Amino acid sequence: MENVISYRLQIIAITIALIFMFFIFRLIVKGKLREEYSFIWIVCTALLLLFSIWRDGLDIIAGLLGIYYAPSLIFLGAILAIVIFLVHLSVVNSKQHKQIKDISQELALLKEKLDKLTRS
Amino acid sequence: MKPEEKEREMIKKLKVAIIIPCYNEANNIMSLYQEIRSHSYSDNYEIHPVFVNDCSTDSSKDILKNNHIPHLNLCVNLGIGGAVQSGFMFALRNDFDVAVQMDGDGQHPPSELEKLLNPILQDRADVVIGSRYITNEGFQSSYLRRFGINYFNWLNKILVGVTINDSTSGYRALNLKTLKIVSEYYPDEYPEPETIVLFAMHNLKMVEIPVIMRDRQKGKSSIRNYKTIYYMFKVTLGVIFLYIRLKFNGKRHII
Repeated sequence: MENVISYRLQIIAITIALIFMFFIFRLIVKGKLREEYSFIWIVCTALLLLFSIWRDGLDIIAGLLGIYYAPSLIFLGAILAIVIFLVHLSVVNSKQHKQIKDISQELALLKEKLDKLTRS
Repeated sequence: MKPEEKEREMIKKLKVAIIIPCYNEANNIMSLYQEIRSHSYSDNYEIHPVFVNDCSTDSSKDILKNNHIPHLNLCVNLGIGGAVQSGFMFALRNDFDVAVQMDGDGQHPPSELEKLLNPILQDRADVVIGSRYITNEGFQSSYLRRFGINYFNWLNKILVGVTINDSTSGYRALNLKTLKIVSEYYPDEYPEPETIVLFAMHNLKMVEIPVIMRDRQKGKSSIRNYKTIYYMFKVTLGVIFLYIRLKFNGKRHII
């Protein structure tokens, strides 16, 4: 009975991971997600899929790291990944901030030049 | 007059851009423009006011356009730093020799302009800062603000060893050498104290000149109440990181 339940759970986990991967791929294909930002998501889904298939994996790795309660490894990993990704987004944000600033300054200078030309 | 002397006379004529960033200053623009234009300046200076409209939501844009006032229109609100920098870029690309930064709210009287320009004309300075704290004349500000200013003076002294009495003053004249530096990098928000570090790290000669400032004609200062804390924090971070960046990364600016 125990086995049946865990198999059912495994199938659900694999299905969710696959749906998620499909969703990411679709976004890339449609051009809504740039490849450089999709990289981290593909890696995440791959990990998700790996641990859904390799059932003892989590326990083995937790054991190697000396983590007593294996599921806490999931939280540790997830939080770390989220924090890293958020910092990455802040960096991207700052870069775009600078790019927008540069573009609007250039635009203002060009408009002024154009006005001067059309007036003369 | 000998030809060489004549040439020297020619060189001594400085083309000056007065950069006036304005955000919702519709009430002040016309009077400030007329005041700058109507004042008479020595023959050494050719004064050109340029307003930078930082995406104002009031009628600033129309006033500038309808009265044929020279101006730049930013289509995104960049904040004071970005607006002023656009003006500096404009001055650099249009072969100006000097750019003066002047507030759009009428705090900085055009009658004091020549005091700021003279040290640059005489080659005594790269940057001239109009300060209200050398002599206690004219408009003085609140106790809290003075405390903030003292704090920045202290920070500047510790980091780069320069003493500027009024490091938050936005009434400044910059020569060509300085314009090249600020068009590469200029802080976004509350740029004044940070630029003191920027200038000092580039070994620019700064001279402080006492000027008499007026009380704001209309509108309120952008820095008040709870914003003061954010301001102090932001500027402290800005100053320290700029110092570290210039000290250890050479003259490279990324963001």
